[in-house]
Amino acid sequence: MSQGIDVVGIYVRDQDEALAFYVGKLGFEVHADMSNGPFRWLTVKHPEQPSFQLGLFTPGPPLHDAATAQTLREMVAKGAMPPLVLMVDDCRAAYKRLQVPGVEFTQEPVERYGRVDAGFRDPSGNGWKLIEG
Amino acid sequence: MGQDPELLRRLLRAKDRMDGASQEEWPVRRLAEASGTSAAHFARSFKEAFGVPPHRYLLTRRIERAMALLRETDLPITEIAFQTGWNSLGTFGRTFRNVTGDNPAAVREREQATPHQRELVPECLLRAAGRPGLTIAVSEKRRRAEGDTEGPEEMEVL
Repeated sequence: MSQGIDVVGIYVRDQDEALAFYVGKLGFEVHADMSNGPFRWLTVKHPEQPSFQLGLFTPGPPLHDAATAQTLREMVAKGAMPPLVLMVDDCRAAYKRLQVPGVEFTQEPVERYGRVDAGFRDPSGNGWKLIEG
Repeated sequence: MGQDPELLRRLLRAKDRMDGASQEEWPVRRLAEASGTSAAHFARSFKEAFGVPPHRYLLTRRIERAMALLRETDLPITEIAFQTGWNSLGTFGRTFRNVTGDNPAAVREREQATPHQRELVPECLLRAAGRPGLTIAVSEKRRRAEGDTEGPEEMEVL
């Protein structure tokens, strides 16, 4: 086995909605989707990066009390969670492709120091930078 | 007591719109429309969510962009003022000084003389980190700096 980061999770407001976004719009693949009572372990992976899973988790029971869950939902909704970066071969092409299914772009492609980047959000409010590698 | 996450998500959309086009005019009505709230409700909710009134947030974005243009381009300062949303060079210079504590030409000289190690951090994220903090109104900051007790001489950009 190899060592390294296996799963990093983000909070989303609704796992079905997040699944539709990350798989249906961004083109990720489902890696694990298992439920145990109110808890659902849902991870997706990038088709070209099979060793890394992005977890899509909802705040709430049994891991959080009601007040904590509410705070986490607020943080996500106001875009206060840490930045996420998606590398692409061609930022302008990816921007065009992702606009078709209605990805919510917050910044159109801009070239800075010879590198093109754009920005979008997932339905929950998590902010992604789309950067040309 | 918190705010409704659905409302926050919509307020974030208004904030994103300002981020995307800070050089444009953003009257409260337009921002309220972007977030699907009433104009009366918008300003209060925005401030509660993000800690600053919407027009002040917009100022920080404009100054951030102006600083980037000063650093990265040789555009004349008048042109930078125009491109970042000010109608008058005087207002731009005064606001810039009040927010950053220095004038645009001096900031340009300093920034262009300083080598940057920017390759390891995405530029877009680095910029957000370079945004000036603005915890009090520009007019208030100016008054305090000048020891002036009179009211603001002009309206802030809304």
